[in-house]
Amino acid sequence: MTLLGFSSYLIALGTMSGIYALLCLGLNLQWGFAGLFNAGIAAFFAIGAYVAAILASADSAVHLGGFGLPVALAWPVAMAAAGALAWVIGRICLTLQGDYLAMASIGIAEVLRIIIKNEEWLTGGTRGIAAIPRPFETLLPAPWNNLAFLGLIVVLVAIVYLAAERAWASPWGRSLRAIRDSDVAAAAIGKNVAQFRLEAFVLGAMVMALAGALSAHYFKFLGTTAIEPLMVTFLVWVMLIVGGSGNNRGAILGAMLIWLIWSATELLTNRLPAEWITRSSYIRVLLIGLLLQVVLQKFGKGLLPEKPPRLVGERRETR
Amino acid sequence: MAALSDFINLYLLPGLVVGCIYALGAIGISLLFGILRFAHFAHGDMMTLGAYLAIIFTASWGWSPYAALPVAVIGAAIVALGLDRAFYKPFRRAPGIVSVIASFGVMLMLRSAIQLIWGVDVKTYDIGIRFPMEFGLLKIAPRQVTIVLVTAALVVALHLFLTRTRLGKAMRAVSDDADLARVSGINVEQVIRWTWIIGGGLAAAGGVFIGIQTKVHPNMGWDLLLPLFAAAVLGGIGRPYGAVAGGLAIGLAQELATYRWFSDEPFVDPGYKPAVAFSVMVVMLIWRPTGLFKGRS
Repeated sequence: MTLLGFSSYLIALGTMSGIYALLCLGLNLQWGFAGLFNAGIAAFFAIGAYVAAILASADSAVHLGGFGLPVALAWPVAMAAAGALAWVIGRICLTLQGDYLAMASIGIAEVLRIIIKNEEWLTGGTRGIAAIPRPFETLLPAPWNNLAFLGLIVVLVAIVYLAAERAWASPWGRSLRAIRDSDVAAAAIGKNVAQFRLEAFVLGAMVMALAGALSAHYFKFLGTTAIEPLMVTFLVWVMLIVGGSGNNRGAILGAMLIWLIWSATELLTNRLPAEWITRSSYIRVLLIGLLLQVVLQKFGKGLLPEKPPRLVGERRETR
Repeated sequence: MAALSDFINLYLLPGLVVGCIYALGAIGISLLFGILRFAHFAHGDMMTLGAYLAIIFTASWGWSPYAALPVAVIGAAIVALGLDRAFYKPFRRAPGIVSVIASFGVMLMLRSAIQLIWGVDVKTYDIGIRFPMEFGLLKIAPRQVTIVLVTAALVVALHLFLTRTRLGKAMRAVSDDADLARVSGINVEQVIRWTWIIGGGLAAAGGVFIGIQTKVHPNMGWDLLLPLFAAAVLGGIGRPYGAVAGGLAIGLAQELATYRWFSDEPFVDPGYKPAVAFSVMVVMLIWRPTGLFKGRS
């Protein structure tokens, strides 16, 4: 592999890790902070991806589009759309707990996937949306435009991480953890349980939508394969559990580590004989499932376990 | 008359058959939820596994799928026991949600193992063409009769097991109150093992029926998950009889919703069938989360 090839591989690796880090941080807001079992990550990812793609892509005879909005406008709208959907879903479903919320959210994601598949006038159906512009693409020459896009993703991950860290130590984050650990006790001291849950759910969904928008603009094409529950919902759950739920750094570490394993094994399996290459992706899924089991059983809290924030006046050395 | 005949033969009967298949899967989800207190997300893939285990015998030795059915049921029950031992038993004392996450992992592993062993192509059992039997307006395919009758027999057998045998009674006791059952000397681990045997076995039977009715595909378990949960929730999760009623109701609702009720167009586009199951589930979860038959909250 040439130096240029290797560096563009590293840039691609970093870009995807960043997108997954955002998904993990979003899920951590919902599950790590608030204990909301969202098994429909793909729904919010899809809303973000499709709204951004429709708003920013060129005119097409197949699907809705041709608004040609700049990403600076399309992405916030995509996030707002996912936030609105999450608000509606949250108002209806957040009274459900644990397994029930998981069933309802998986159902929402599936119904949305069916809608995207069937409503060709809106989403292009299985033919998808093509020619989604990637930021910096025409602005800079070859490896530098991709590097600039990676830089943008790193900045966005950093912003979301810092905000999530701030939230973790804030009264808002403490209230969420109290509700997560015992909603009855939190309600008894006057916390508005439903409102806190709804806020965490909406914010998490908006971060997931940002990841979806970034991914659509990165691949420049968006079809129904991009919102497969395996690659969005379940891989992100594995990442968060491996990294450590309730820990924002754990969320980022899990995303980077699992994505590194996922793509590095692709490099290895591509060297296998041809009849094994098609099967290799199933071996990878099998191993990812097994890794999840091992981490759950041996490191139940993940690689970076949850830590309560420093108390006011508490010195750093004591921890 | 042709309209009525169409309604019965193209919507009502298929709905009943699909309902039987859903019921077989939903019983396991409901039983497992009652005993182990978690929603088993890998249950659809247990059905896929059953369908593929039968293929071993139909493809290699030319068995009839009906002959392969019991072997697939036993095979799936053994796999279910192994999965429980390896991936669910460590979390008996942990909150149920940890087992749900473990079941995500099992789901990924089961599906990828099936794709690895049998490939991703659509497969059929190759039963040949059998002409439907006609009774006046009715046109019934023999396989439809078999599926409904075998499902009915399995449900009756389950009923006799739960009400007449010591083990079945112990199972109901654990479902009502696991701690009370344990202190009264019931071997809870044995009850759990039999829950997996019954749940896994019935799921495999349902999976083989799907293969007999239509075709077998590695992703079919994922598509089944939503109607299965909807059926279990509708019947009151933790209630095996409710799951049977729920399965039939969801199967019928999905098929009947595509009937041309108000115009010449299907009322619900066939592509949106899963949305019917989902709507029923969400309405039930909000309006009556304990199910129609008072399951657990």
